[in-house]
Amino acid sequence: MATNILKERYSSKINTVTLGATKEEGGTRTSTVTVGGDSTMPFLHFEGDMPLKAVVAMEVQDIKPSWHPLLHQVYDSVMDCPVAWAKKVVELGADLVYLKLAGAHPDEGNKSPEECAKIVKDVLAAVGVPLIVVGCGDAEKDNAVLPVVAEAAAGENLLIGLAEQDNYKSVAAAAMVHKHKVLAQSPLDINICKQLNILISELGMSAENVIIDPSTAALGYGIEYTYSILERGRMGALQGDKMLSQPVICQVGYEAWRAKEAVASEADFPQWGSQAERAVLWEAMTAAGLLQGGAHIMVLRHPDAVRLFKKNVEELMVKPEI
Amino acid sequence: MLIIGERINGMFKDIGAAIREHDPKPLIEWAAKQKEGGAHYLDVNTGPNSEDQTVDLPWMINVLKDVTDLPLAIDTTDYDAMEAALITYGKPGALINSIGCEQEKIDRVFPMAAKYQADVVCLCINKVGIPKSADDRVAMAMEFVANAEAYGLQPDNLFIDPIILPVNVAQEHAVEAMETIRQIKMISNPPPKTTVGLSNISQKSPNRPIINRTFAVMAMAAGLDSAICDANDDELVDSIATARVILNKDIYCDSYAKVFRQR
Repeated sequence: MATNILKERYSSKINTVTLGATKEEGGTRTSTVTVGGDSTMPFLHFEGDMPLKAVVAMEVQDIKPSWHPLLHQVYDSVMDCPVAWAKKVVELGADLVYLKLAGAHPDEGNKSPEECAKIVKDVLAAVGVPLIVVGCGDAEKDNAVLPVVAEAAAGENLLIGLAEQDNYKSVAAAAMVHKHKVLAQSPLDINICKQLNILISELGMSAENVIIDPSTAALGYGIEYTYSILERGRMGALQGDKMLSQPVICQVGYEAWRAKEAVASEADFPQWGSQAERAVLWEAMTAAGLLQGGAHIMVLRHPDAVRLFKKNVEELMVKPEI
Repeated sequence: MLIIGERINGMFKDIGAAIREHDPKPLIEWAAKQKEGGAHYLDVNTGPNSEDQTVDLPWMINVLKDVTDLPLAIDTTDYDAMEAALITYGKPGALINSIGCEQEKIDRVFPMAAKYQADVVCLCINKVGIPKSADDRVAMAMEFVANAEAYGLQPDNLFIDPIILPVNVAQEHAVEAMETIRQIKMISNPPPKTTVGLSNISQKSPNRPIINRTFAVMAMAAGLDSAICDANDDELVDSIATARVILNKDIYCDSYAKVFRQR
């Protein structure tokens, strides 16, 4: 008996955004990354198109962080040098490098805007993939640093951030002038997320040049909040809401590696089993959940989590015969 | 809620003059102005003083069809003029405005709608007049839907108008109209769309804007899909945007009223 599958008809889709620029386009990347374009709810291939698959960004910092020993096992030899670290994450499968200028923070070295710009340029010279650059998190410092970085990297079409509701003008203006994309972060609040996109577009920076960071909560620590924002935002976008049509980035690595379940020792929690496996799975499962919520760029740390995530993406991108 | 901007109507002096003199400028200006105000469709009406609607209406459509990306609602009961206008429009997505619930009119207009891929505004009014009750209005809606299927139209190609009357003389109709709107959502799957000529509710009353926007919001809560109204009445458009947020149809943001107008 033939079954007639009832399909939703949507009037709109997620924006398509490209990061990075090749020589022909005014940059120096050997590859660019394009995300978005979805015209259906995540992975419902029978109802619309998912022309582009989710991609992986891997985290690099300009100063050595103190991460979990398991991550130091992988990265310790390169953590003193952002150039070497960036090269390593590309070897490990990163589609983009996510560079955090942590050393700009007044308490962490207080690097000058010019020093930061030089680091960004060095990393750009070292790798061919597109670059995401975020500040140290101190608003005043970032407002001094990010415009200088944006100017130094003009033409490279970075994704530069963070823009937040109370502090977006500097970074959005710098991105607009030097033709980069803006990473707009909101605190697990879809209404602020939407409003921030409006504020950025009122400055003159088209909302089509924005990537949304809804804030990520890890598995067990509020992932459902992020998931439901992704779901509501996607529904709104498909129904024509242009201020929620932006592709989404999730900072999974940072959040997952804070979870007790990821980092607690086997001695303290023997019933939780191998800590190495747990930690990787916590990151991979957080990513898996948010992938199904429709995230487009996943920021990850551990190469095994990256591998599992990419396999997950490949499998979900297979269009079933319906 | 779809706003069908009502301003391009020959009964307004500037449009009336533009039609007589074949001056496209006022039409083009009002098309842009209504879109800015938040209109989703533009109603096009020659007004009562047109000597020959089969000439004037296609002229108006010809002026507008290439200067705006908004779909046009073709407002006439002269169905020869309607056909000429649809031919001039030359693309799917027009809104035929309107027919009453009479078989000869349905037989004349529904084939046109199918042929030119237009939607149809269907009025709950027949030779007898305007029904009193919601039930009698819904019965007419069902007649339209049954005829639609026969002519190859989908139920949601129809915009059923339950007919509202001025609240200062026929106060009992608004409630019946809202109940009609509610029930229309249940008569088929997909259900027909609904519309009203919003200004009718406030005819000859001194407080037209507040009556119009209060009814608009109340009718939206009953499920109203569209209204022919003043797209440049900012308080009306703000109220509609607010109602959409309260009805959980648009995601809230502080600038929701502004965003509602941008599409």
